Formats: sequence, structure tokens, C-alpha cells
Amino acid sequence: MFLKRQPKLVWLFSLLATTITFVISVLLLQQVLSSGTIIYELGGWSPPWGIEYRIDQLNAYLLLIISTISTIVLVAAHTSIQKELDTHRQAYFYMLYLLSLAGMLGIVATADAFNVFVFLEISSLSAYALIALGKDRRALWASYQYLIMGTVGATFILIGIGLMYQMTGTLNMNDLASRLPEVAQTRTVFVAFAFTVVGICLKLALFPLHLWLPNAYAYAPSVVTAFFAATATKVAVYLLIRFTFSVFGLSFSFTTLPLQTLFLLLGLLGVFVASIAAIYQNNVKHIFAYSSVAQVGYMIVGLSVGTTLGLSATMIHLFNHALMKSALFLAMAAVMYRIGGMQLSQFNGLGKQMPLTMAAIVVGGLSLVGVPLTVGFISKWYLVLAVIENGWWHVALLILLGSLLAIVYLWKIVEVAYFRSPAHNSEPVKEAPLSILIPVWVLVFANLYFGIDTRLSVEVAQTAAQSLFGITP
Amino acid sequence: MLFGLYNYWIVVALMMLGFYIIIAHSNLIKKLVGLSIFQTSVFIFYISVAKIEGGSAPILEADTTLYSNPLPHVLILTAIVVGIATTALGLALTMRINEAYGSIEEETIQQQDKQL
Amino acid sequence: MEAIVDVVLLSFLVAVVIAIVWMKDLFAVAMLAGIYGLLTASFFVAMDAVDVAFTEASVGAGISTLLMLVVIAKTGRFERPTRHKPLLALLVVVVTGSLLIYGTFDMPYFGSAEAPAQSHVTPRYIDDSFEEVGIPNIVTSVLASYRAFDTFGEVVVIFTAGIGILGLLSGVARREEEVDIDAINETMHEDHMVLRIVAKILIPFILVFALYVQFHGDYGPGGGFQAGVIFAAAIILYSMLFGLDTARQVINQAWVRMIAAIGVLLYGSVGMVSFLNGGNFLDYNVLMEDPIAGQHLGIILIEFGVGLTVTAVMIIIFFNFAGRQVTPKADNNKGV
Repeated sequence: MFLKRQPKLVWLFSLLATTITFVISVLLLQQVLSSGTIIYELGGWSPPWGIEYRIDQLNAYLLLIISTISTIVLVAAHTSIQKELDTHRQAYFYMLYLLSLAGMLGIVATADAFNVFVFLEISSLSAYALIALGKDRRALWASYQYLIMGTVGATFILIGIGLMYQMTGTLNMNDLASRLPEVAQTRTVFVAFAFTVVGICLKLALFPLHLWLPNAYAYAPSVVTAFFAATATKVAVYLLIRFTFSVFGLSFSFTTLPLQTLFLLLGLLGVFVASIAAIYQNNVKHIFAYSSVAQVGYMIVGLSVGTTLGLSATMIHLFNHALMKSALFLAMAAVMYRIGGMQLSQFNGLGKQMPLTMAAIVVGGLSLVGVPLTVGFISKWYLVLAVIENGWWHVALLILLGSLLAIVYLWKIVEVAYFRSPAHNSEPVKEAPLSILIPVWVLVFANLYFGIDTRLSVEVAQTAAQSLFGITP
Repeated sequence: MLFGLYNYWIVVALMMLGFYIIIAHSNLIKKLVGLSIFQTSVFIFYISVAKIEGGSAPILEADTTLYSNPLPHVLILTAIVVGIATTALGLALTMRINEAYGSIEEETIQQQDKQL
Repeated sequence: MEAIVDVVLLSFLVAVVIAIVWMKDLFAVAMLAGIYGLLTASFFVAMDAVDVAFTEASVGAGISTLLMLVVIAKTGRFERPTRHKPLLALLVVVVTGSLLIYGTFDMPYFGSAEAPAQSHVTPRYIDDSFEEVGIPNIVTSVLASYRAFDTFGEVVVIFTAGIGILGLLSGVARREEEVDIDAINETMHEDHMVLRIVAKILIPFILVFALYVQFHGDYGPGGGFQAGVIFAAAIILYSMLFGLDTARQVINQAWVRMIAAIGVLLYGSVGMVSFLNGGNFLDYNVLMEDPIAGQHLGIILIEFGVGLTVTAVMIIIFFNFAGRQVTPKADNNKGV
């Protein structure tokens, strides 16, 4: 087909599509904030017989995060993909990118538990294929492992949904929420809950179910990593919030079950194990992939607090982490474009040769650590506040200690890039092209801007958290 | 009484055998077979939930009054399609892995990756 | 009687799966997996799930076994015995299994008509679907109208798999000039005169049957997905017996890819048209003046869309699987 030879046209078309979703998400958020939850009955059938879209503050907030990041990343995709993929595969890349995006948006928008599974599979199948497009042969193996783990996770969720359906006769989330309390004491519902949560945690890469993530992120094409690191885990966190808070209800999830202790423990363990693993990596993408696992840990700690403040801390971090990781991994795409590798040794002297790209990595890294005036600081601040409000001083200390570990792995990169000179025989490296640099710096500025002006991230997250606590008894 | 849950126990047994193949076996094709057994056992569970004693297939007829539940049937139709899509993609990956590594055994592949 | 069939079929299933766990010969494993699919389909018939049985038979016993055999032909027939002890695997499996068994104890008994699943949402489908949608097959009503959006998702899933496989497997230069036909086709091509003649007679009937299944889905078991698989099966049968290259001349791959997209587009367009006519997305009532006629039109169109995409994607998958001719390690993407 002629489009195969014209990837640029496909790119422009995809960009148009994501921009439209971005505009729609902005409008949706405005409307939800001014006039409350939007309900849309697909096929004109009223729920629970038909499937409905239900957009409240939480959904609109996530839709906005996903569509924004995917649009910005896609701007850089054309240049980066030209270098990293064969020409005949580029058109498929854009199709899969859009399908994956559609799947994620669908998961967030729908209010039907089974529909979640269908969209989950759309986004996952395209994710497996996208990761396998990586040049390194290890991308294939990483993609296969992700396929197995991801499908097991999705099937666990399917088991959970089946058990819930068996006990209540409905698939609509609102309807489930009103019918589950009647049967909440049964062993079947307990198992349904366990399977749903474990399935989601597999997708979320919560420690110790994170094993698929580092390789998948490290060997995927650079823009794919930027896209997934910023969006895929966020969608999984959303699902976790939706199921524990809205569907099963706070009292069931946190009072009946020891979920609070479990999440707190796994979250903290995840932060430490993954951060320490990150320190020992020699591939820069691996370092930040492990750091993603650690960041998921922080989000789960926020959830485990089980208060409005804790939940809003998690949501603020969703937003902020999407900004940091997309900036960092997109900067990796710029490095990949120029030097074609991600080994730490290849970063020698890069601070002088690609000053703007390296500066972006440093700012993104500082944000990851949680230095004031970056979004990372806002996240940590609210998380620590939430933890202290509960009287968990030791947890607050551990969170700060986790940030110190982030400094260590960031320093490894800074040291190599700024304090070592490039190998003598290597050719001089130029700064990355503007088509990648501009989106990177847009994201970096967003990291700084939302670190100062927190109206969007914090206020929306707080109203969303309050409304979730309003629904649940 | 014992009979009332028989179907579900068999489903669990099938599910766990499939799950065991996924985790314990090293051959990539075998793993995919395990995965599809695992998924199919969940389908059996849904369809068992839908069954009503003495009911008939949910296609309306003049002299029938009791029908089995059509909703899980619809869900599983969708899930079967999702299952074959996943298996096909997994097999495509297996072929590419075989070309790149010259093997489809997990252990060999991991050894080759470590040597680098 | 029903109970005996149920118990026997389920016990067979367990026996087959245990055999699959033991077998090292992947060819046998693939065949057993096919048998497993067929047994599952028979079980679904006993459970009154005729539509599902139809699908499982064409997928579990048909397409997926076929694809597995194609891949095994290229990757080697025997599984290597594993050396590491599978204790951890056993532990995980036993824990998960016990949890599930624990969960079964509060389940409503199998076959009970009073279970919540039977009494909450479903009654409307059974009692009112004929007035609201106007077709006797309730499964089709729910699939294509009440939960049409799920089915839209399903078409997109299969489309995604098609695109993913094209992205993974397409584009390696085939040795076009040499008449080097694929390994499985080669021997058949020469030797199986009887098969070829029988197939020549059968293929038109298979195609007609696929069309029947496609358009009769409103009244009996069947629908777009099953029809698509059967239609594709006829074409796959043809290419297996007459060689992939002959089949390529008959079936233009670019067109097939186009058709895969057209199916999804058709489905989406039906949704958009109802949207433009003032209804919600996929609300067929507004497609025509009479809501029931609108429902009919909508269901026929979207089922046709499903059929197109499924046929096209199945053909794409088979052609790309069977047509891939790369010797191991010929690809130059070794690790950096």
C-alpha cells in the first residue's frame, strides 16, 4: 500500500487524531468540573442492560493526562521512529499507537466491568506488538514475557468479574457497588476481590509482580517507552482506585480486609527494592524503568493511607509522574537518536555534546527526586502530609529515604555525562534535532510550571478524591 | 449437594493445570497452550454460571419458557475472540524469537541474554 | 441425563489437559489442544450455549490448532525436558487453586434458577428483547444491540492482533522467483490429488455455508465472527492444498488488509450514523423510521462488519505465518 511508503502522512493523521482527543478531554474536564458527572448510554440502552460511559472528576482527570502526554510524545515520534524502525514498519507503529491509546481511554471512560476487560486487551495487545518493534532482539523476549504476564493478569481480572457477576447478576460498576454490600460477607466475593486486585497489580507492575516491566521498557522503541511509562501504569492505578474505592467500597476494601497493611508493605518494599536495583543498572533506560516501579510504590503507599489526603496524594503523583517520566524517556529518545545506545558508558561527556538534552534529563531527574520547584516536590509533599496526618512518622521517614536513593542513581548518570570526557576515537555528537527537543522541553517546563502553579493538578485531584469518598460510605 | 459445585471444582482443576504449564514449562509454544487452557477454563466457568436446570438454548421459541442465561454467552463470545487474538500474537512472537535466538526454550534464551 | 453428559465431558477435559502437561511432542500437544477445544465446544452445547460452542469449535479446534501446527513446523517438534525443579510453580498453583476452591463454597449451586445472575439483569433480555430488538436469537440481540459496544471492542481487538502480526512478521523479502513453496504445502501439493479434488468440490459449499451463518445469525446460532472464521477456513484450505503462491495470486494481500480496516470502519460508521440521526452512538432505533426495522438494519450491518474484519485478519494471520521464510538467525537484530 502506498501509505507504507508515506509514514509522514500517517504520522500527521495520527497527530491530528490525538490532538482532537486532547481538545475533547480538556472540554470534558471543564464540563465535569462545572456541571458534574456526565453519563452517556451507548446504543441508547439504559444501564445495567446496556453499557454506559460515566465521566466523573477522576475519569476526566485521567483522560486529560493520557491524551496530553500521548499527543506530546507523538510529536517527537516521527523523527525518533525514522531512525529506530524500518520504513515498512512505521505505518503499523502509528496504527498500534493509536489503538493502544484508544484502549486506555476506553478503560478510563467506561463504567462497565466487562467492557474494561475488552479495552484492557486492546491496549495490551497493541502494547505487546509495540514493544516487540524494538530493534534489539531482547525486545522480542521482553514482549513475550509481558504477553504471558499481562494475559494472566487480564484473565485474573476476568475471573474476578465473573465471580462478581455470579454473586450479583450485574456488570455495571454502579450497580455492582449497590449490590455487592448484600453479599459482601461471602467467601466468593472475597475471592473475586482478591483476583481482581492481583490481576490489576500485575498490570500495574506492583512489586513483586513487576518482573516484566524493566526489560519491556528498556528494549521497546524510545517513544513507546515514553508513552507507556507515562500512561500505562496510570491506567492500572486508576483501575485499582476504581475497584477498591467505588465498586467494592472503602469499608469492604480497608476494614474487612488487611489491604491497608498489605499495600503499605508492598508499596514501601517496592520503593526500596526497585530503587536499589536501579542503582546497580548499567543501561540508562533500565535505571529509569526500575525507578518507575519505585514510583508505583509511592502511589500505592498513598492509596494505603485510606484518607482523602492520601488518595489525592496518589492522584497528584499520577499526574506529576506522567510529566516526569515522559520528559525523561523522551530525552532518552533524543540520546538514542544521536548515539544509538543506552549504556551508561555511552553517556560519557554527553553533558557538553548534547547540553539541552542532558539538562532536560537533569531537571527531570531532580523532579523525580522531589526537589522544590519541581512537580516531584509537590507529590512528595502531599504524600508525606497524608502519611503524617495518620501518625505514621516512620513511613514519612522511609519516603524521604527513598528519595535519597533516587539521588544516587541520578548522580550516576550526571557523573558520567558531565565529569567524564568522551572516548578519544569517537566522532563528535551533535545536539538532538529540534523535533525531539521541543516536545522534551515542553514537558520539562510543565514539570517546573506545575511545580509552582498547582491549581490544575492538586485541586482537581482533591475534588476527585473527595467525590470518591462521597460515594463510598 | 456434592454435585452442586462439581463444575466449579473441575474448572479450578483445569485452570490450575493450565497455570502450571505457563509457569513451569520452558517451551514457548507449550506456554501458549497452557495460557489458552487457562483462559478456556474461565470460559467454562462463565458458561456454567449461565446454565439453568431444564432450560434451553436462548433462542426464542413459541412453546419454551425457560431459557439459559444469554448474557455470559455474549461475554464469552467476546472473550474467545480476545483469546485467539492473544494466542496468534504470541505465536508470531515465538516465530520471531526463534529466528533471532535459534531456540524457543526459555532457558536457552535467558542464557544467551546473559552472555551479552 | 444432562448431568451425566456434564460429568463425563468435564472428566474428559481434565484427562486431556493432564496428557498435555506430560507430552513432550509438541505436535501431539497441538492435536490434544484441538481435542480440548472440541470437547469444550461439546460441553458448551450441553450447557445450551450454542453460539459459544460454534465459536469455540471454529477457534479452539480449528484456527488455533492450525496456527500452532504452522509454527511448530518452523520451530521444531520437541520440547526439551526442563531441568529446574518446578516446586515454586507448584506452590503458586496450589495457593491460587485453594483460594478459588475456598471461593466456591458460597456460590449458588450449578443450574439453580434463583441465582442472582439469573434474576437481576437477564430477565429483561429474555422477556423484552423480542419487542425491543425484534429477533429471536437473544444472544445476537444482546451481542449486537444491548452490548454492541463490547462487540465493537472485540472487532478492534482482532484488528489490533492483525496489525500487530503484520508489524511483526511482514516485510521480510520473500524469495519470489524461486518456486520454493512452504514446507507443509510442498508435500501435499504433489501427493494429495484426492484431497485436492475433494477440496475443489467442497470449497464453494464452505463459502456458501459461511454466508448462511453470516446472515442467519438473527434466527439461529451464528453471526459475523463464526462466518468470518469459516470463510477464512475455506481460503486457508485452498492455499494449503494448492500452495501459498497460487493462493497469493488469487487473493490480493493489499485488498485483504483494506477489507480488515473496512470492517471496523463499517461498524464504527453505523455508530456514527445513528449519532448523526440524533441518537446515541450505536443506537439503531434511529436508523430508520420504524425502530425495529432500524434494529434489524443495524445488526445486519455490524455483523457484516465483524465478518469482513474477521475473515480478513484470519487470512492475514495465516498468510504471514505460513509465508515467513527466514532461516534461524538470519535476522540481523542480535543484541547490542
